[in-house]
Formats: sequence, C-alpha cells, structure tokens
Amino acid sequence: MKVTQIVEPLKAEIVVGEKIAEQDIAGGYCGDLLSDCIANAKEGSIWVTIQSHPNVVAVAVLVGMPCIVICNYQEVNEETTKRAQKEGITILRTSLTSYQAVSVLSSLGIPGTKRHG
Amino acid sequence: MEEDKVLVEIEREIVGGDFQSAGDVSGELKKVLQQVGFPPSFNRRVVIAAYEAEMNVVIHAYRGIFATEIYEDRVHIEVDDQGPGIPDLELAFQEGYSTAPPHIREMGFGAGYGLSNMKKCSDHLEIDTRIGEGTKVVMDFFLNPEK
Repeated sequence: MKVTQIVEPLKAEIVVGEKIAEQDIAGGYCGDLLSDCIANAKEGSIWVTIQSHPNVVAVAVLVGMPCIVICNYQEVNEETTKRAQKEGITILRTSLTSYQAVSVLSSLGIPGTKRHG
Repeated sequence: MEEDKVLVEIEREIVGGDFQSAGDVSGELKKVLQQVGFPPSFNRRVVIAAYEAEMNVVIHAYRGIFATEIYEDRVHIEVDDQGPGIPDLELAFQEGYSTAPPHIREMGFGAGYGLSNMKKCSDHLEIDTRIGEGTKVVMDFFLNPEK
C-alpha cells in the first residue's frame, strides 16, 4: 500500500513528506520504547508511536521504516523535522491515539509485522 | 591468504547527552555495510547492537569513541567511553533493569534492553568497565557464526 493512501483515513497532517509519493508500506509496528522498536520492527513497516524527538528518525532509518505516524497530536520539533527531511522519512501527525491509528491501518489491510517472522 | 584484510575502518566520536545526533554513527555504519554488500539480516543485527552501544554512551557517558573494522566475513566494533562505569554488570544485563533517569525514559530510551539486545545480536560480546572511569564494549559479528 502507498503511504499517500493512509493520510486521509488517519486524519493526519503531513509534517514531512518530500518522499511520500514514492513510499510503500508492507506492514506496521507500534511502540514507544526505542530498544523494542529497533529490535522488533520489520523493514518496510509504518511505525505508530507517541515519541516525536529527533531520535525516532534515527530508529526509522536504522530499521528501514519509511513513515512514522506520531499520535496524540504530539508536538514535532524542528530538529525532528530537519532530520526526517534529510533522511527522506515521512512524518504524519494525527490526533488519534496509537490504538485508534492502528485500528485504522488494520482496517485498511496493513498487517502487524515483526522481524524474524 | 588475504581473507582477514580490513575493508573499511570507521572511527567516530560520540558526545554524551547529544540526543540530536544520537544514532548517526550507527546510521553511517548501516550505509557502509550495505555498500560492502552484506545480507540485510546480518546488517540488521550489527546495526541493532551498534545503536544500543551508541545510545549507551549518549545516555550514560560523557564521551566515547566508536570504532569499527569491517572485514570480508566479519565486523568488529569497539566502543570505549569515559563515564561512570557499570556498578553491577549482571544486573545491567537483566532485561528491564536500567539506571536511566525518568526524563530519559520518557523519551523511550533507557528501558533496560540495551545490553540484552547487544548480547542477542552479536556473536561475541565483551564488556570491560571501571567505576568512575568508563566502559569498553567489544563486539564481533560473523557472517557465518557456526564456522
């Protein structure tokens, strides 16, 4: 599925989206502990989280996640935005909670995925 | 035989408390590993361990040196920091045990999975820690660990 197709269902605002048109997602991961995400999220997933500091972009890059959905309308600071622009990571921001966002993504047919199966 | 020739060497400084650029060294390492052409699953476990080692310096230490040697069939990483050291290594290896302060935890760091992630992802892990001086982490990753 294209990242562009999830923006409206998530009622999301595109905070960073220079590369959004060319991004696909194969699955999803949800979590706020960075050690958990880096170890368990699968490449090509969309990442649903309430963390919005610049290091989430580092984690997305290291895992190979093209898009981060920041929930609860958390503030996204300039450093995070700059880092995402530099790395070509899309950042969406929504007022939905993580659970609500995952429910929407799930109803669109995006499965939960995990590294190693 | 030239099989143990270093293909790439990377040495970078990590600054304690610098959360803005935290993860950059691991990101650079990932790109180099991809360029060298290792399989993605191998790169992933190196990168997970590298990220945790890098973050440990950022979270706990004052500064550190992150040095990597990439060979044809293995990767060697040494992260040497000046910092408080680890008082109880056995405890530090327990998943969920952490000495990170609350404001660090709120950011999703310091959840107590760093050392166990490093142990799970590396084929060899050695930690030398001196209280009040610092910690040195040495990790090796083999393309064919069973060899």
